[in-house]
Amino acid sequence: MNFFKRTPKVLPGVADSDIFNKETEGLSQSQIVRGRFIRHRGAMISIFVLLSIIIFVFSALGIKILGFGYGGWWKYNSIEMTPLRSDGCPGGLGGCPTLDLLPGKNFGLGDHPFGQDDIGRDYFALVMRGAQRSLLVMFVIGIVAGLIGTVIGAVSGYFRGWIDAVLMRFNDFIITIPTIIIGSVIGFHFGNKGVLFLAVFLGLFTWSGLARLVRGEFLTLREREFVDAARVAGASNRRIIFKHILPNAVGVIIVSITLIMSGAILLESALSYLGFGVVSPDVSLGLLISQYQDSFTTRPWLFWYPGLFIIVISLCVNFIGDGLRDAFDPRQRRRISRKERSKNHDLTTAAKAGEIN
Amino acid sequence: MFAYIGRRIAILLVILFGSSFLLYNLAAISGDPLEGLRGSTDPKAKAQIAALVRTLHLNVPPPARYFMWLKGIGGIFTGHFTLGTTRDGNPVSTYLNSAIPTTIRLITMATVVAIIMGIAVGIISALRQYSRFDYAMTFVAFLMYSLPIFWVAVLLKEYLAINFNNFLANGKISPAWIFSAAIISGFFWAALISGDRKKVQIIFAIAAFSTAVFLSLLSVTKWFTHPGLGPLMMFVLGMGFAFAVTYTSTGFNNKAALRSAQAMPILGLIFYFPVEYIFSKHPGATPIALMFLLTIIVAVSTALFFSKIDRGPVIRTSVITSVLVGILFLIDKLMKTWVPYINTDAIHFRPIPTISQSNSLLPAGNFWFTFLDTVTHLVLPTVALTLISFAGYVRYSRGTLLEVLNQDYIRTARAKGLTERTVIMRHAFRNTLIPLTTIIVVDFASIIGGAIITEHVFGWQGMGTLFNTAINNYDLNLLMGVFFVTSSLAVLANLAADLLYSALDPRIRVVGKK
Repeated sequence: MNFFKRTPKVLPGVADSDIFNKETEGLSQSQIVRGRFIRHRGAMISIFVLLSIIIFVFSALGIKILGFGYGGWWKYNSIEMTPLRSDGCPGGLGGCPTLDLLPGKNFGLGDHPFGQDDIGRDYFALVMRGAQRSLLVMFVIGIVAGLIGTVIGAVSGYFRGWIDAVLMRFNDFIITIPTIIIGSVIGFHFGNKGVLFLAVFLGLFTWSGLARLVRGEFLTLREREFVDAARVAGASNRRIIFKHILPNAVGVIIVSITLIMSGAILLESALSYLGFGVVSPDVSLGLLISQYQDSFTTRPWLFWYPGLFIIVISLCVNFIGDGLRDAFDPRQRRRISRKERSKNHDLTTAAKAGEIN
Repeated sequence: MFAYIGRRIAILLVILFGSSFLLYNLAAISGDPLEGLRGSTDPKAKAQIAALVRTLHLNVPPPARYFMWLKGIGGIFTGHFTLGTTRDGNPVSTYLNSAIPTTIRLITMATVVAIIMGIAVGIISALRQYSRFDYAMTFVAFLMYSLPIFWVAVLLKEYLAINFNNFLANGKISPAWIFSAAIISGFFWAALISGDRKKVQIIFAIAAFSTAVFLSLLSVTKWFTHPGLGPLMMFVLGMGFAFAVTYTSTGFNNKAALRSAQAMPILGLIFYFPVEYIFSKHPGATPIALMFLLTIIVAVSTALFFSKIDRGPVIRTSVITSVLVGILFLIDKLMKTWVPYINTDAIHFRPIPTISQSNSLLPAGNFWFTFLDTVTHLVLPTVALTLISFAGYVRYSRGTLLEVLNQDYIRTARAKGLTERTVIMRHAFRNTLIPLTTIIVVDFASIIGGAIITEHVFGWQGMGTLFNTAINNYDLNLLMGVFFVTSSLAVLANLAADLLYSALDPRIRVVGKK
């Protein structure tokens, strides 16, 4: 037995490069990227799950923007208190979950699928509200940090010189302060101003890594021939940045933003857990865990559901990011399945046989 | 070189100045430290406000007050170093002095474990790219990456601590547990070693069977309530280490390395009782450190004795084996302390604590009790922190190794006819370590930030607790003190990473040649 031994998996007569070449024949860059992304099974499942969660969460409780919106299909909201359900709960404590996924007479959501908390609020509604908040925070931080990071990175990478020096030193200031510290300072003082405010503020301090990456990308891209060509043709700086360089750097940006977003949901829940994020009476998943962590032995459902939602959302975003990174990476050699290879093998042998005949 | 370091430190000072100025003003304008007192009807409130304003210079606007704070730090050159006082009038540095060692103790163990396990798993899954093991580990890594640490912590408290303590009451493993552990271990080893179908099935059967037998033996002999290794068991384990280390480090063809590695457990067997005597009669950190030093010396001289040429790899092999055997000695001693330890009134058969950093009720003065107490208190936070940071190392070392394996020099090495082991361990793995070092150093600084939550969950009195108090009490000086330590560590880690990088990779020069 040799632990280090490599097992060659190549069929005779088929070079993997044949398959790679066929893959890129006559396709545009975006088609290649899209094709690779769609083939990434983990990412596709994650996109499906994440979209389902978003639709489910926002349709359950409804959404209201500027007075418009719709009410949602769930019968309770996260504030009203209902009498504690007491029948059929183990240990004599009220409010246990009615969700039953096993086929039987109780199959279905029931009255309180995730149970009730200790004062009788419907926990399904609370978790949905918390997940709405967490998703909102995640996207807002992603957008704000993405915008700032891209602009600052692009400007300092493109113009270089003193603009670059100033912006990058400023970037260094932000990097030196641990995110959790600055997040707590902001969260503690502005948490009561609403979740949107908190998210925008956190976004203002999480762009530093992205800015560095974008700057690096711009530094290399601006020396390329197509940028020279555009400049000779008389394009303005703004046009070169947005029309010529930015589309080429979009891979780095998108991947980095997904990472920011998956970090953001954990940051928000950690801050809320410490008491520096979303504050009561508003709800977030981290806050729910923090409030009910001591009741784990008595009412475990109060602890499980918000945690599961955080994990599933964050896991999905991470997998999507991984799929995007693979799709955008030009050096990435995708896995060629045995089926594909043997199919190709059949084709080549058939072609050779045809030639001989 | 010195000019380079000097220039870097100067830039770092500027950065530290900028970020501390930013944070100071942000924290100062976002909260009023007198808010609680202003609303109070207590007749003394006015006097308290006046006193606070005087001691904390609250009448000075924040930007100017920042420079007063900075002047205290600047005192490091004149010998009047001060980080200011907290709201209750004590110097910030006294709080920091007790908090810093606690936090360091908390994160060191977790970081070391996470690095070793993460790199090992990452490398194996890179070597088995697109295998079942690789897919499983990718999923596990992403899952751990997505776990909120406080959530994991509560689960650990419940299942690892409380249930484990309950289990220790009789120390019997139920058949269901043995069965599932056997199945899991079968899957793990089969996926790890991999091969064709028949080989996988055989490995699965062997692994599952031996796990089941092993666990049943432990259960029947009540090993969990009376743990211990004993000289024979240590010899067997040591021999296992010797073979494993030799295999990964030099390969069995190097007879000198194999012999000197095997000599380590044999020497361990001979010195078992003398070491045991020293452990019992002269407990303390100094004898342990001395014996550790002696172990290394013995290992090096054994290696020199067995080898004639190319001595470096042989010395490396025997030193690593000797350190592992030495750790076995410590573990054995701790296991022997276990029974009297859990029998004390302070522990009362519930050895894994869920909260706080040490048991104050424990009889003082017993070195091994205190040692074991520290270890048991470290268990939960270490597992939690390791789970979280492990994932990053797996992903990163896997990605780096895959990239390195695509390089031309790997193809050259293979073309020269080197064994695959040499190609992987000597050519690929070493080059993987270069970027990993940077990540590790920078990560160590950011873990200190992450320790804030961990300390909060497990009730440790470290930097995180200080930080929490600082924010809740609007204690600006305390907050800045915590920030001063963490951010200094962060920028120093960055500097160390750059220097290490250039030391490890000769292609990178920090100093331009004239």
